[in-house]
Amino acid sequence: MANQNNGVSSTTTTTQPLWLLAEITYRCPLHCAFCYNPTDYDKHTQNELDTKSWISVLNQARELGAAQLGISGGEPLLRDDIETIVEEAHQLGYYSNLITSGVGLTDKRIDAFKKGGLDHIQLSMHDITEEINNFITDTKTFKLKKKVAAMIKDRGYPMVLNVVIHRYNIDHIKEILEMAEALGADYVELANTQYYGWSLINRNQLMPTKEQIDHAELVTNQYRDRVGNKMKIFFVVPDYYAERPKKCMNGWGEVFMIVTANGDVLPCHSARVIPNLEFPNVKDDPIKGAWYDSPAFNKFRGDDWMKEPCRSCPEKENDLGGCRCQAFLLTGDAESADPVCSLSPNRNVIEKAVIDAQNPELQAKPIIFRTDKNSKRINEGEEKDRLADFHSVP
Amino acid sequence: MTIQTTDIYKIAAHHRFQWEKAQDCYVILFPEGMVKLNGGAGEVLNLVNGESSITLITESLEKKFPDTPNLEKDIVGMIELALEKAWIEKVN
Repeated sequence: MANQNNGVSSTTTTTQPLWLLAEITYRCPLHCAFCYNPTDYDKHTQNELDTKSWISVLNQARELGAAQLGISGGEPLLRDDIETIVEEAHQLGYYSNLITSGVGLTDKRIDAFKKGGLDHIQLSMHDITEEINNFITDTKTFKLKKKVAAMIKDRGYPMVLNVVIHRYNIDHIKEILEMAEALGADYVELANTQYYGWSLINRNQLMPTKEQIDHAELVTNQYRDRVGNKMKIFFVVPDYYAERPKKCMNGWGEVFMIVTANGDVLPCHSARVIPNLEFPNVKDDPIKGAWYDSPAFNKFRGDDWMKEPCRSCPEKENDLGGCRCQAFLLTGDAESADPVCSLSPNRNVIEKAVIDAQNPELQAKPIIFRTDKNSKRINEGEEKDRLADFHSVP
Repeated sequence: MTIQTTDIYKIAAHHRFQWEKAQDCYVILFPEGMVKLNGGAGEVLNLVNGESSITLITESLEKKFPDTPNLEKDIVGMIELALEKAWIEKVN
């Protein structure tokens, strides 16, 4: 929800990171088809930063100005040091958020988080039906999620639910919102799937139609009108059906900083897909230098890097040319306009993607779930054809 | 809601008000968001503590900024905005 960063408008390296996302582990008990984690994540499950390194990361980023902390993954609760990390974050003055599937949250742990000063917990929910919840996550987690929601509410935490939207649950928006209201949710984020990592290679199985999106948005607006401020509902519009790209991360290296499980410092979740960019790592580099001085963070700051039609576009400040990772993934050129833009010379790749996703033959191909086994297979060069179907080669 | 000078407010649940050295201003933090407050707004919310009435807040700020006219009107305006944004809650 980058658009809520009121008052943040700078476009130079004089900006500070306001948000630190700690992608603390790539291990995850769920296997969601729409996961945006990199498909090669298995490379990064053996070399996770230790507790001491994370404490150092928190201190360094806070010193630079980071105030919002997201503790994410993978499933962060698979680490047994989240209690220590939460406590340190609170003492440093972060507003901290645990982003979780709920798997591994016990009474003992949530009490420790509360005592340590964790500010809120964002719980992922998938559907109103057990069948679809269990199918899309490839796990039996439906009942657990309701139990965890009650634990969160019981401890006086704001209830923040995140629901990733795709073909299998988009026609249940009203029922999902009713469930959220019944659970006492304060915030609901209906996040239409963005196509990166696992969701990109499963795009033909996940992408809803334009009509489904329009209907879902209408239902959401009606629900919002009825429920008012009691439950704040955010509908994150899917960019493939938009005319203009999103201002990704509110600008490359402007307000967001991500530190991954193995210590890479990134301006966005999927930045490592862009070739020939060497990202700093906290094991070797201080965070301050990574943010201000590293070639990777400076690469797409400002607009010097832009090509036409972005460079002379009167709207370039609105979206900064869109997402660099999406531009690379879909066109093979990270410096080109995000192909979502109707002014992009590559818009045809988006139009083809939308048509493909309605093709029954392509829809019928199996989903590749986010599992260690599948990640290993991809790292070993299997599924090459499937990857090639969705990734443009420069 | 009409603001009375006897009203007492506190920072709303799930919100945190604090000074940010790096931003050189007061901010309000809440789930997924942060609002930077300008000088005047920060001074007012810094005194919203669940104990002080609007009258008391006004007196404090009049002492701190003796040359600023019509402080009470500005303070009430700020309280109205903060209430509308749900950054603060009425206590009494």
